[in-house]
Amino acid sequence: MTTYFNYPSKELQDELREIAQKIVAPGKGILAADESGPTMGKRLQDIGVENTEDNRRAYRQLLFSTDPKLAENISGVILFHETLYQKADDGTPFAEILKKKGIILGIKVDKGVVPLFGSEDEVTTQGLDDLAARCAQYKKDGCDFAKWRCVLKIGKNTPSYQSILENANVLARYASICQSQRIVPIVEPEVLPDGDHDLDRAQKVTETVLAAVYKALSDHHVYLEGTLLKPNMVTAGQSAKKNTPEEIALATVQALRRTVPAAVTGVTFLSGGQSEEEATVNLSAINNVPLIRPWALTFSYGRALQASVLRAWAGKKENIAAGQNELLKRAKANGEAACGNYTAGSVKGFAGKDTLHVDDHRY
Amino acid sequence: MTTHFYYPNKELQEELICISKALVAPGKGILAADESSAVMGKRFQLIGVENTEENRRLYRQMLFTTDPKIAENISGVIFYHETLHQRTDDGLPFVEALRKKGILTGIKVDKHFSPLFGSEDEFTTQGLDDLANRCAQYKKEGCSFAKWRCILKITKNTPSPQAILENANVMARYAAICQSQRLVPIISPEVLATGDHDLDRCQKVNEILLAGVYKALSDHHVFLEGTLLQPSMVMPGLQSNKNHPPADIGVATVLAIRRSVPPAVMGVLFCGGAQSEEEATVHLNAINNVPLCKPWAMTFAFDRALQTSILRTWGGKKEQISHAQNELIKRCRANGLASIGKYVIGSVESSAATERLIQEAVEF
Repeated sequence: MTTYFNYPSKELQDELREIAQKIVAPGKGILAADESGPTMGKRLQDIGVENTEDNRRAYRQLLFSTDPKLAENISGVILFHETLYQKADDGTPFAEILKKKGIILGIKVDKGVVPLFGSEDEVTTQGLDDLAARCAQYKKDGCDFAKWRCVLKIGKNTPSYQSILENANVLARYASICQSQRIVPIVEPEVLPDGDHDLDRAQKVTETVLAAVYKALSDHHVYLEGTLLKPNMVTAGQSAKKNTPEEIALATVQALRRTVPAAVTGVTFLSGGQSEEEATVNLSAINNVPLIRPWALTFSYGRALQASVLRAWAGKKENIAAGQNELLKRAKANGEAACGNYTAGSVKGFAGKDTLHVDDHRY
Repeated sequence: MTTHFYYPNKELQEELICISKALVAPGKGILAADESSAVMGKRFQLIGVENTEENRRLYRQMLFTTDPKIAENISGVIFYHETLHQRTDDGLPFVEALRKKGILTGIKVDKHFSPLFGSEDEFTTQGLDDLANRCAQYKKEGCSFAKWRCILKITKNTPSPQAILENANVMARYAAICQSQRLVPIISPEVLATGDHDLDRCQKVNEILLAGVYKALSDHHVFLEGTLLQPSMVMPGLQSNKNHPPADIGVATVLAIRRSVPPAVMGVLFCGGAQSEEEATVHLNAINNVPLCKPWAMTFAFDRALQTSILRTWGGKKEQISHAQNELIKRCRANGLASIGKYVIGSVESSAATERLIQEAVEF
């Protein structure tokens, strides 16, 4: 814990803080479209579409060429490496299409999970090698923020000390490298919903993990004003009794208040296997908790923004408009939820109530 | 970092929250009258008064029998062990005299500083032995909160990781024990004013120290909603010859706290450190006017910065008691205004408002 260190220059601080603030502007959140090839394969399989590069491109084209109105509720999109360099049918890079709508580009920079030797089937995330050079290139290619996902699971003896410590440190190192290359890091310590644990245990695990993450970020002197957090909501395990949105919201806000410094610009929740409607209703409930919340609280959803889009599209060209309409509706619903104004059930979707849970989802 | 632990039960949580909230009610702060006998001796020497138990009692009696109006700005008083068992001339326990005014009683539970072997003249604080029993007794005797002070100093190589780690852990352990006995812990990691460090370095030290403290509190599963923090303000060192306007002090202090203190903490009560009464008040006011979200009450737990004028005015003379008490009321009112950002510089004149009472680095 040295007390000799340097924060970024004033220019860099200003740049990072402005990017972070734009991403969590009121009523706006992130579309997480950074699924890897294999993960996209599962999504496409559900709708009977073959997993080829061109089909992935066609799907992303559908998302990104949605009406510019999308930018009223989507401030940023997280891309996968492949997607960043793909183009629309007319040759326009996806990056350009999004920028024209005023949407900020993000990039998934982690390289997937690897086992933690000595643990009970726990994992950490790799990708730190040459990350600075990769980030420098991504910045040049138009990206202003990045995402790195770590995964922890709740079991009788997990998450272990080893897992919490290692994942917190990896996240902090990634965040520091991003900022050195003028990229806002989204810090994502996801506690998986798999298991039969109750809400209270999920809250305690989340608190302990977040406390470790913020200590590691302090140890690496990360400029918190230029970061965003992407945590899970605090929910009971998939195999346990369900809680009400108000209970989930209170547990989530309490956990964040006990661990996340006020300097962090915003919290962009992951949906973590919730249905589209659950994710939206719970986000709205979180924004209605009557406790001081010094950060913006919004969304960075993948599955919970795309389930209905995929179902409506089903791989057919003639369904593109229908798919895009589903995206607009869901984005608007979540924009309302980010302001605490969503009325449950007011937005119907093709897959609004479908559980989007994937067992032991690591990628 | 286990994830299997217990928070206090609901009744205890509510009791701790209730006490903390009362202590940082808008416009209110704490009078830290927990000076040890040795420290009181130094104060009395300044005004030519002999350091006897009776004189210490007389001085504290003067403080605690001030007009009930003082409770408009003082929510709690921190006692030294000796003071807790003293009474007014007419036999009323000091605790009772304060309770009647609606003022909560706190107790200093740390013992003394102990050298950290292997460090460059750094210290940790003793007093953990049997602390649970002592706290149980203090609770029974009318105390609602406690205070524990650790000190760190800024030099070329300090604070060291050893000092940060050890002091953070000791404070977390103290906090958990207090809560187990229904006392709200005030956590006081003080960065000493001595040194030639600039504002930026002081800010960085405070950030790292506070991050260490809150990680330790998390590791010990302390219920943060039932705690208060008593940090130093971020300022350049006394020997730095650097002056900053109050607004700079305010920004540096708020930035450091925003980066390290979780929003669940009920309130932040600054210590005055080596500042004069007016300096402390002006800086507290500046802190409350920083245009950034501050999810905690930001108020005071001053000792010297509330007592310099009263000491000077009293001078040990019985006939000066009411004048001295008037000084205390004025100073409390000034700080009450500052804690809601409404103090006008120089608007409250006190006889020693600009005098700094410099204390040696390691005194208790």
